[in-house]
Amino acid sequence: MSDGCGAPAQTAVSADEDTKGQVVVAGKVTGGDGPLGGAYVRLLNADGEFAGEVQASAEGDFRFYAAPGTWTVRALHRTGNGEASVSADGPGVHQVAIAVA
Amino acid sequence: MSREDVLVTTQWAEDNLDTPGVVFAEVDEDTTAYDGGHIRGAVKIDWKNELQDPVRRDFVDKAGFEALLSEKGIGNDDLVVLYGGNNNWFAAYAYWYFKLYGHDKVKLLDGGRKKWELDGRELTTEEPKRERTSYQAKEQDLALRAFRDEVVDAINTKNLVDVRSPDEFAGKLLAPAHLPQESAQRAGHIPSAVNVPWSKAANEDGTFKSSEELKELYEEAGLDTSKPTIAYCRIGERSSHTWFALHELIGLQDVKNYDGSWTEYGSLVGVPIETGAK
Repeated sequence: MSDGCGAPAQTAVSADEDTKGQVVVAGKVTGGDGPLGGAYVRLLNADGEFAGEVQASAEGDFRFYAAPGTWTVRALHRTGNGEASVSADGPGVHQVAIAVA
Repeated sequence: MSREDVLVTTQWAEDNLDTPGVVFAEVDEDTTAYDGGHIRGAVKIDWKNELQDPVRRDFVDKAGFEALLSEKGIGNDDLVVLYGGNNNWFAAYAYWYFKLYGHDKVKLLDGGRKKWELDGRELTTEEPKRERTSYQAKEQDLALRAFRDEVVDAINTKNLVDVRSPDEFAGKLLAPAHLPQESAQRAGHIPSAVNVPWSKAANEDGTFKSSEELKELYEEAGLDTSKPTIAYCRIGERSSHTWFALHELIGLQDVKNYDGSWTEYGSLVGVPIETGAK
C-alpha cells in the first residue's frame, strides 16, 4: 500500500505481465541515440486533458495505471518533446513508444 | 500580494544560489531524485519520513517542525525556497506547512524540479553542510486547515474544490493514473464539489498559470469567490497546489486545505457521496 502520490519506480513492463486486472499503459522514450532517460511523460485523455505524469527511468521506461480508453502519452525533455497515442481497451499491458526529437 | 512575493523563477534561483539568508529545500516523498542530483546547496526534506507523524495520521506537530528545521539549518529569518518533483505537489504541501506554522518568508520555485531540468540547469550530488539552528515555530494557523466535520458542513454552503483528475472525481479511479489503484473505501466525490483538476492550474512545464488565467479557470468552474473555499484531493498534496493558486496567487482570503482529503472522507461511515462526472 502506498499512502503517497509518488510514482513507483519506473521499470520496463513485459507485454504478458500480470497486471491484476489493471489497465497499464507502458513503454519507452527514445531519442536520436536510443533510449532517453529522465523525460517527463504525461498521460492525456482523448480530450487532451491531463491525467498523470511520471519521470521515465534512466532507460526511458514509464508506466501508467489508467482507465480503459484512448490515451496520448507526451514526453518532455531538455532536448525536445514527442508524443504518441495508444488504445487501452481493457485490463493488461498496452505498450507505446515515444520518439523525442 | 504579488506573484513575486510567493514564487521565484528558475533564473532567479540560479542567480541566488549563494545569496546569504536564502535556503533552498527540495521536498519529495521519494527522495531518490534528490540523492541522484539536486540544486546546489539545497537541503533535502523527506515528506513521508520527516513531515508526517510516524504513528498517527497527521503531520509533524509544532515541536517536531521546530526540531526538523533546526536540524536542517533553517533559521526563522531565512527565506526558504521550496521545490520538488510531481509539479511541486509536495513542495506546495510543505509551503502550506511553513505558512501554517507561521514562517512567512517562504516561496516556491515556479515549475519546480521539472522546469529546472527542462531548462538544462545544473544538478549536484554534493550534500550541503548547514549549521544547526534553534528554530521557533508558531501555533498552527487553523484558518488554513479544514477538518472533516467542517467539510461535511460545507456541503452546499461553501465552495468545495475537488482537484483530483476527472476519473477520480467520477469514481472510476481511486488514485492518480501513475499509481496502483488503492486507497479509500469508496470512490466518488463530496456532494456540491466542483472538479477543477490541479493540473489545470499549471502549464506543461510545471509553472503556474498567470493569476488572470487562474481566476478565469475557477470562476468558469462555478466557484463563488465571495464564499469561503475548501480544497481537497486524495491525501492533501495536490490540493496544497490548488490552495497555493487560490490563496497565494489569486489572493482569495478564506481558503483552506482539507489535508484528510479523499482517503479520509471516502472511508467515513455515513457521509454523503456522489459519483459520476459533473
